[in-house]
Amino acid sequence: MHEIFVGTRYKFMSKRKYFYALSIALSLMTVISLVAHHGPRKSVDFTGGNVMMVDFHPAATVDDVRDAVKKEHLESAEVQMAEENTQAIIRFSTPGEDTANVFNRFEAQIKSKGITTTLRSMERVGPKIGKELEQKAMLAILWSQVLILIYIAWRFRRVSFGLGAVIALFHDVLIALGVLSVFNREISLTVIAAFLTISGYSVNDTIVVFDRIRENIGLLRRMSFADVIDKSVNQTLSRTILTSGLTLLSVISLFFLGGPVLHDFALALLVGFVVGTYSSIFIASAIGMDLSNWWTRRKARAEARTTKTTVAASS
Amino acid sequence: MTNLRIKWALFVFTVLLFGWYLLPTIRFYSLPANPPVAQAAPAPNSTPLKPDSSAFTVPSPTSTPEDTASDNFHYRGSSNPSIAKLRENAMKLGLDLQGGVYLVYEVDLSKIPPKDRKGDEVDRAIEIIRNRIDQFGVAEPLIQKQGQNRIVVQLPGITDPARAKDLIGKTARLEFRLVKSRQELFQALAKVDQVVVHGGAARDTAFADTSAVDSLIAGKNPFSGLFQASQNDAGYVYCPAENLDKAKAYLKKIQDPSRPALLPGGTILLWGERAFGARSGNPGQYLYALTASSDLTGEHVADAQVAFGLEPARPNAAGISLTFDKRGSAIFTRLTGNNVGRQLAIVLDNTVKSAPVIRDKIRGGRASITGIDTDVEAKDLGIVLRAGALPTDLILQEERTVGASLGADSIHKGVLASVVGFIAIAGFMVVYYQLSGSLSVLALILNIFYLIATLGMLRGTLTLPGIAGIALTIGMAVDTNVLILERIREELRGGKTVRGAVEAGYSRAFTTILDTHSTTLISAVVLFQFGTGPIKGFATTLMIGLVANLFCAVFFTRLIYDSMMARRPLEKLSI
Repeated sequence: MHEIFVGTRYKFMSKRKYFYALSIALSLMTVISLVAHHGPRKSVDFTGGNVMMVDFHPAATVDDVRDAVKKEHLESAEVQMAEENTQAIIRFSTPGEDTANVFNRFEAQIKSKGITTTLRSMERVGPKIGKELEQKAMLAILWSQVLILIYIAWRFRRVSFGLGAVIALFHDVLIALGVLSVFNREISLTVIAAFLTISGYSVNDTIVVFDRIRENIGLLRRMSFADVIDKSVNQTLSRTILTSGLTLLSVISLFFLGGPVLHDFALALLVGFVVGTYSSIFIASAIGMDLSNWWTRRKARAEARTTKTTVAASS
Repeated sequence: MTNLRIKWALFVFTVLLFGWYLLPTIRFYSLPANPPVAQAAPAPNSTPLKPDSSAFTVPSPTSTPEDTASDNFHYRGSSNPSIAKLRENAMKLGLDLQGGVYLVYEVDLSKIPPKDRKGDEVDRAIEIIRNRIDQFGVAEPLIQKQGQNRIVVQLPGITDPARAKDLIGKTARLEFRLVKSRQELFQALAKVDQVVVHGGAARDTAFADTSAVDSLIAGKNPFSGLFQASQNDAGYVYCPAENLDKAKAYLKKIQDPSRPALLPGGTILLWGERAFGARSGNPGQYLYALTASSDLTGEHVADAQVAFGLEPARPNAAGISLTFDKRGSAIFTRLTGNNVGRQLAIVLDNTVKSAPVIRDKIRGGRASITGIDTDVEAKDLGIVLRAGALPTDLILQEERTVGASLGADSIHKGVLASVVGFIAIAGFMVVYYQLSGSLSVLALILNIFYLIATLGMLRGTLTLPGIAGIALTIGMAVDTNVLILERIREELRGGKTVRGAVEAGYSRAFTTILDTHSTTLISAVVLFQFGTGPIKGFATTLMIGLVANLFCAVFFTRLIYDSMMARRPLEKLSI
């Protein structure tokens, strides 16, 4: 029988400060990168504008393409080469002109350099629709977090754990956003879909641990809360690592083989799943515990106060 | 034992059921995507046709769709009814995979003063767009109203967005044209036959000789032979669905606007609306012989409203109350006065929408259209009549074109990535968990089978993110298997028997599985609500995959373990 991470007894809870520190550092990286880049780099889906993807035969150089774009006066054009210069992604904003016309002009210009080109895709999003899509995306992310919070709070009868899970998954999405921002990747509709998938997945991992904690709390009444959590995390460790590893295999294969359209989507998933696994082992239950302890202490203090007052009153 | 048998029966039943739903998808996508190039060429013929009504007969049983099908008309975009049915029942490919145009228009109401708005501007615009796209010949156009004043148009397979946009963007043309007599109709059809025969095969005599017998049968009336004459004396004929592709191809050649009119006597042949046939259960279309110059144009229609009580005999039936402007009423009075008893066709963008009979000379610019079967038809016709002069502009707000090459590339890459991911996962499972792992792999394969079959059953659409969703489903489905297997291993380590460990493993893992599935489902549902096109596809595959996974990973694998242990208890489990 092959086995990994079975029978481990890592003391996760006693070292949680270090993991909090790491998470805060990563979150800070996100914030700094976002500030440095003036917010997330939004795709045309949200800003409005045009993107065309073209094929070249034979391969073109960046300068060829930039030159053609410049000569045809495509407004604020950005050129990005792909697939060993046989493809290019060109963003531009000439709102008045028909997209087919723009491509025809580009085609003629690049033809003069002895390169034939075919249109792979053309997208134009009006600014109004972009704004609406952005609002919708924000709402979707918000809603999924709220619904998951409600679900966990209901299933585990502890708001503290629900909060722990949601803070952890918010942290995962935030860091995925940060990594995309560091690499200056665009946030498009598909990337938003990746973020929502990360939410679902991250909470998935967390729930497996939480379920075990719930089960163990009943069984191991004498153990301290921290030890119960440590035991539960250790018991589920092999499963967590195995499934994350296996899911990552799918995502890695999408990242490398899925083509340019899925590239950013797969990158977001890749980061989100790794961070998601990390947070469900090291962060989610720790936050749950700290919140729950804080809650109990507060309640105890409040109770102590009321007892004092009753004692005072009766004396 | 009997319990197991019931479960097996249930399992086999689902496999058969879903296999049945998967079948159209497999059959449809094994067809060639495009018609063979030779298809458009007219059949070679040698004998010219006489204008003879005896050519119009109901096709004999031997010339069923199978025969016409052998004319190379079996391809994915064909309007052949059997293909159309297959297409309807097969899983669909999103625009991002098959290539196509996605357009979002906004109906600009700002130019109409609020008091003149009738509230149906968007519906009228949709009617116009639908009508034009019908002529465009797209296999499965999708035209939807989105929100208050937006129209989404999806044209799969169209990779020339300029043409599509031109067609949609131009102003609608509503005309009234008199329907010609039956004799004039037959003359026109015969003329088309003649042109097809002479124009098509004149130079190809060698070919005509070798297939002399064929041309005797098929060549006598290559065009008019595609139609069935109607019972009454009217100036239109019916074309069954299986002949439509051919008939349209012929007619397009002859009625090319760039060539001089070939038809005799100022006649034009125009197709009736598709829905005519559909309403009466016939998927074919009618062809009308009409006056070539329009008798009255739509700009003279002042208003057209659905009205009730127009017919004394049918007080509850809906009709149309039509008002013309001053010039229009003069033309209409003359037109009706001279042609009592004839049909006057209402033509929108060269498609005959309706052809009411003129009962009387109508003066004063007010007319009624009666004898309409249903309220819905009346409402639609009202929209058509008012659409003649659409006072609004359509503003293109969003446009996404995917070339066929990118689509094919995406399918290829998406499938490759999924397969590689699957092989990697399957390899690991088999090595790490041995026999139990192999069982999980079987469950994964079953999962994908149910997933694709369900997409076919729900007439869902597979998009590129949808393929990514399948890859992800594989990843998440394996999680469920690992959860169960790890739990069984744990119970075995705790000293339980194989049977006890399997039982405890499944029942303990189940709560967790339920929770993980619920939260992912929450994300997927939110995604579905928010998403458009491709992203909806992702959410759909994710949702179906999750549900299928519950069945495969929990019910199916458990069934196998139970069956293995049914006869004698297992000493050891390969896990």
